[in-house]
Amino acid sequence: MTEQTTPLVEMKNISISFGGIHAVENASVDLFPGEVVALLGHNGAGKSTLIKILSGAYKRDNGDIMINGETVDIRNPRDAKKYGIETIYQTLAVADNVDAAANLYLGRELQTKWGTLDDVAMEASAREVMGRLNPNFKRFKEPVKALSGGQRQSVAIARAILFDARILIMDEPTAALGPQETAQVGDLIKQLKREGIGIFLISHDIHDVFDLADRVFVMKNGKVVGHARTGDVTKDEVLGMIILGKVPPGATPGPGAMKVV
Amino acid sequence: MAETIQSTTNSKTSGAAGQAEGSFVARFFRATEIDTRMLGMIGALLIIWVGFHILTGGLFLTPRNLWNLSVQTASVAVMATGMVLVIVTRNIDLSVGSILGFTGMVMGVLQARLLPELFGFNHPAIWIITLAGGIAIGALIGTLQGSIIAFLGVPSFIVTLGGLLIWRGATWFVTSGQTVAPMDVNFRLMGGGTEGSIGATWSWIVGIIACLAIIAAIINARRQRKRFSFPRRPIWAEYVLVALGCIVVLGAVSIANDYYWPIAIARRYAEANNIAWPEGGLLISQGIAIPVLMAIAVGIVMTFIATRLRFGRYVFAIGGNPEAAELAGIKTRWVTVKIFALMGVLCAIAAAISTARLNAATNAQGELDELYTIAAAVIGGTSLAGGMGSIAGAMLGALVMQSLQSGMVLLGIDSPFQRIVVGMVLVTAVWLDTVYRSRAK
Repeated sequence: MTEQTTPLVEMKNISISFGGIHAVENASVDLFPGEVVALLGHNGAGKSTLIKILSGAYKRDNGDIMINGETVDIRNPRDAKKYGIETIYQTLAVADNVDAAANLYLGRELQTKWGTLDDVAMEASAREVMGRLNPNFKRFKEPVKALSGGQRQSVAIARAILFDARILIMDEPTAALGPQETAQVGDLIKQLKREGIGIFLISHDIHDVFDLADRVFVMKNGKVVGHARTGDVTKDEVLGMIILGKVPPGATPGPGAMKVV
Repeated sequence: MAETIQSTTNSKTSGAAGQAEGSFVARFFRATEIDTRMLGMIGALLIIWVGFHILTGGLFLTPRNLWNLSVQTASVAVMATGMVLVIVTRNIDLSVGSILGFTGMVMGVLQARLLPELFGFNHPAIWIITLAGGIAIGALIGTLQGSIIAFLGVPSFIVTLGGLLIWRGATWFVTSGQTVAPMDVNFRLMGGGTEGSIGATWSWIVGIIACLAIIAAIINARRQRKRFSFPRRPIWAEYVLVALGCIVVLGAVSIANDYYWPIAIARRYAEANNIAWPEGGLLISQGIAIPVLMAIAVGIVMTFIATRLRFGRYVFAIGGNPEAAELAGIKTRWVTVKIFALMGVLCAIAAAISTARLNAATNAQGELDELYTIAAAVIGGTSLAGGMGSIAGAMLGALVMQSLQSGMVLLGIDSPFQRIVVGMVLVTAVWLDTVYRSRAK
């Protein structure tokens, strides 16, 4: 994690509401290159909503998004991809009925000079990427539906890597996985980090992400409780932030911090 | 190679397939990569054919009936190819029969009333302008319906249910309910019949081209797999596939060529051309009918679109997981609009075939066709849950539906009872499909 003045991503004072309910209110987060930032909070704390604004799935009501210090306008997933933002969703956003190669290239298919799909080339490079990521993966011809949770997750991650993501958003990346596959994803995150990719990890389970993250942001009821370096706080203190909104001395309080009366 | 075919048919027909033979059959299907599901459908079709053949005392499997069957299937088969894409994306189109009626009526008026005033009757440009006009109107209607579905968020069931009423009503308004007839001479070729068939020589040429295409496709696929060192089929399996494909194609051509011109027409032709009437009658082969060629061409183009183009890939991805497709950056709404526009175009082509065949455009043209089209797609393995379906399957489904109907007509079954049977077959087919799918998991 290098200290530098302009963050890779800065989301400033973001708000969004659905039918009068503030899902996210005045939230600010930032992310530096080669840094892993965990976004923690209960289910419904607004972390997924906040990050979906970054990935273009939702449109914010207020606030600014800056990539490398420049204000950008992200209105749909295509805009986000243009800025090198790749998202791996909690719900494993893969098209179940097509095979791994088709999923890796979904929306950006390779074409032959005739304008037809170059399935063979796509499958060849899918085999290469998947070989690097998960050497045991052999089921290229089957629809993704037939794969295990871990295999599907590696397809989703391979998809992001294939397109040289600079900013990777992982929404509950290990929620559907077994212990061995979780460890695999952990190794993968460390590898991506070394390559200078900034990673947002979203989780409601602190144990999943605390050891991987450089910093944590905690959200509660749509607001940022506070943020801290993982070196400056303990797991228990972060748990206190998640559950009570109580900000420990090692952390910087945000708008959602519990008011000390 | 011939031995291989022989032994497989033996092991299948003998029924006493032992362990070793059973595994051989399994190996055969794995090696040739023949879809067992598709094979099941072909099996069902053959059972229907043979069954009707026996029940009708040998009337069904005659060149004449099979030729008629192919012509009768063409119109619904054309629409079924589009319905696959519609259903794959979890939509439905109930308006295809009415769009067929409306575009058919517009094309009827164009060629029988408007264009002859400009060019004179039976001018060669008439059929082209008529068909182009019909296709343009079909595309426009499809685009309109697709836009309402995609951008205004009205469910396709409702939009096309409205379309079913609207376009049927509009058909009436074009001529205040009058039937338009007769059609342009050239246009009528699209309906088949003696004139609208290509004759023996051309049929063989088409058949041989098709065989060459099969060989080229298999060689190309093998070369592609080799290039990226993917597993290839054993070489004998490739030969079997080529042989099977060519036998089917050339067999179909030979059947079409075995159906001769009716005596009255042949006699008139002989008189007109000063040919002496021979002893055994003048045998002129019909050959493949033009509407059948059109349906096959549509099937090939649609298969290409569905499997080789981005658009087709997107259609299936949207059907599998609409949210994932959207998040992957696919413009899902535009894809929906395009699907319905394509459906409209296919309705217009089907309308051309059916008005040409009837030699008239009527108010009732295409009534209930939406149901036959949907049934064809569903029987052909298109899943109403989305994400699954094949063009070839849907066309085969259309053939199954038409075989049932035509067989029942030959048996002299009343039309209300025909509907009852078709309805039951549809439900049974989908039930079998559900069983198959739950097993496949």
